[in-house]
Amino acid sequence: MWEYTDKVKDHFLNPRNVGEVENPDGIAEVGSIACGDALKLSFKLDENKRIKDVKFKTFGCASAIATSSALTEMVKGMTLDEAMKVTNKDIAAFLGGLPQEKMHCSVMGKQALEKAIENYQGAPSTEPAAQIICECFGVTDLEIERAIRENNLSTVEEVTNYTKAGGGCGGCHDAIRHIIEKVRAEAKPIVRPKLSNIQKIKMIEETIDREIRPSLKHDGGDIELIDVVGNRVLVATRGACATCKAADITLKHFVEQKLRDLVSPELVIEEVTP
Amino acid sequence: MKTIYLDNNATTQVAPEVLEAMLPYFSDLYGNPSSMHSFGGQVAKKIREAREQTAALIGATPDEIIFTSCGTESDNAAVRAALAAHPDRRHIVTSRVEHPAIKSLCAHLSRQGYRVTELPVDKDGLLDMNHYERSLSPDTAIVSLMWANNESGALFPVEKAAELARKRGILFHTDAVQAVGKIPINMNTNVIDMLSISGHKLHAPKGIGVLYVRRGTKFSPFLIGGHQEKERRGGTENTPSIIGLGKACELAARNMEAENTRVKQLRDKLEGKLLELIPNSRVNGSRSYRLPNTTNMSFEFVEGEGILLLMNEYGICASSGSACTSGSLQPSHVLRAMGVPFTMAHGSIRFSLSIYTTEEEINFVIDKMPAIIERLRSMSPYWISEKACATQ
Repeated sequence: MWEYTDKVKDHFLNPRNVGEVENPDGIAEVGSIACGDALKLSFKLDENKRIKDVKFKTFGCASAIATSSALTEMVKGMTLDEAMKVTNKDIAAFLGGLPQEKMHCSVMGKQALEKAIENYQGAPSTEPAAQIICECFGVTDLEIERAIRENNLSTVEEVTNYTKAGGGCGGCHDAIRHIIEKVRAEAKPIVRPKLSNIQKIKMIEETIDREIRPSLKHDGGDIELIDVVGNRVLVATRGACATCKAADITLKHFVEQKLRDLVSPELVIEEVTP
Repeated sequence: MKTIYLDNNATTQVAPEVLEAMLPYFSDLYGNPSSMHSFGGQVAKKIREAREQTAALIGATPDEIIFTSCGTESDNAAVRAALAAHPDRRHIVTSRVEHPAIKSLCAHLSRQGYRVTELPVDKDGLLDMNHYERSLSPDTAIVSLMWANNESGALFPVEKAAELARKRGILFHTDAVQAVGKIPINMNTNVIDMLSISGHKLHAPKGIGVLYVRRGTKFSPFLIGGHQEKERRGGTENTPSIIGLGKACELAARNMEAENTRVKQLRDKLEGKLLELIPNSRVNGSRSYRLPNTTNMSFEFVEGEGILLLMNEYGICASSGSACTSGSLQPSHVLRAMGVPFTMAHGSIRFSLSIYTTEEEINFVIDKMPAIIERLRSMSPYWISEKACATQ
């Protein structure tokens, strides 16, 4: 059984704003019955161009229905600009979180909202032509790229949880991996304000935890942050890394590079031996 | 709230008589059946009795019964033993709708270089026997086909299939976890070499299974250890559970007629009434060749997880083959193999009854289901358009 929050259960058992708005200003339908979930969203604006009425119809599991209901509650009273800024993360957060495997429901909500607003605005199709990557669920490269950017995804499994892409035959896993690499390579280091020492150490720790350790652990290795002295990052290798001949190369080319990309370009990695 | 348990293909309640039979072996009678003293010996005697009770249910002899820890272990032991018996053969025949215990094992073996043929099924969930026969080759080490499907309840003609395998000198195993206790089985009148049983599917506890191995079948143990089970399965016996399973088998033999009359009638009533009361509903799979306790129904344009959670509000327990309930993104492999359309597959619900199911419970479910489906359909974008189409 899924572990749904009380709020998800409440919005599933007592969904708000079910139906279709009469003479809507904007309307959109996303998903399909073959994919297992679909959402039809319609809204009407008041004289101040705020969302006065918004309704949904959803085919899908409990979390699909709950996210649709939550979405309508969230955007009611918003201007379209404000509504456009609602992200799938906001929808999930409104519900007190969703199981990872169900995050695609929140992405579907976000997509429907955007499409309905575009429908009202006369759908400016300025976006470049999208290409279907996942044939099973009809997910495009643009949708995948966007989910990766907005949710900081790094594995195929995460992309599947958020977009469904890759959840069928698995034939597109390589293509998804390719998109992940592309998007993550694009993510240029933004101009950073000068970091205080404590900020720097915190960021180094976070980067090691999130970006570095999982890859090392995958090969049975690990790394421990011992100290940070100026721009010198002192680490000790653990597990398989401790006995691996190629560990220096990993430290220089992978660990140091990651830290330079994500924290500060001046950092130098040094291994301390116990 | 009272629980209405219609999920007996997932697991069953331990029969009160079974629990009673087991209890002393958790407390006073804790002896090891292998011991020389009579304190252990009295337990060995009870295990002998349980072996006889189990054998009697399927028309086997007691020495053909090996107690294991579960159906999955039995399946693994059977397939591995067959492959070990014919190290020169590299081909396995199975079906697309097997339980993961066989399906995942075969997928694993295919990665190790075995050739695996997964036979398709038709829309009723049944096998094409000509196709089956053509798939057998001199390189085939084992055929493993389930007797009854856990999701659709469809029955495979395993006795006939075993004969065709036997003629070619191929070992035949059946995962009969869903069949044993629900339909009469007599190993005296067939040539099946190995058969798996799971205790918790027939009112014994979880954690006990059986592998039947026909006398004379070349067998090597999966768990290597002590001399238990005539050196065919190492490990100290799970004495309370074995004794419980023996009792459950005795009860199953006694209840076999009720299962195939009263339980079947309740299933038919539930199915018939829901088909009548709920538009755009259907039964998935054969209605003739199937278990007496199972119905797999689909309700178009709604999704199974939603149905189950609304049923849960009334204490009604069942299962679904929809994508959302499985954690994967696609409907169950069984429904897909049967070619159930997407509009139907996502809204599939499996009801599986037991001898403890009452008419009152079935009436309650018949009373609640139409409103549950209607409620979800009123939220579904497809249902409206369908009705609009129909009235145009």
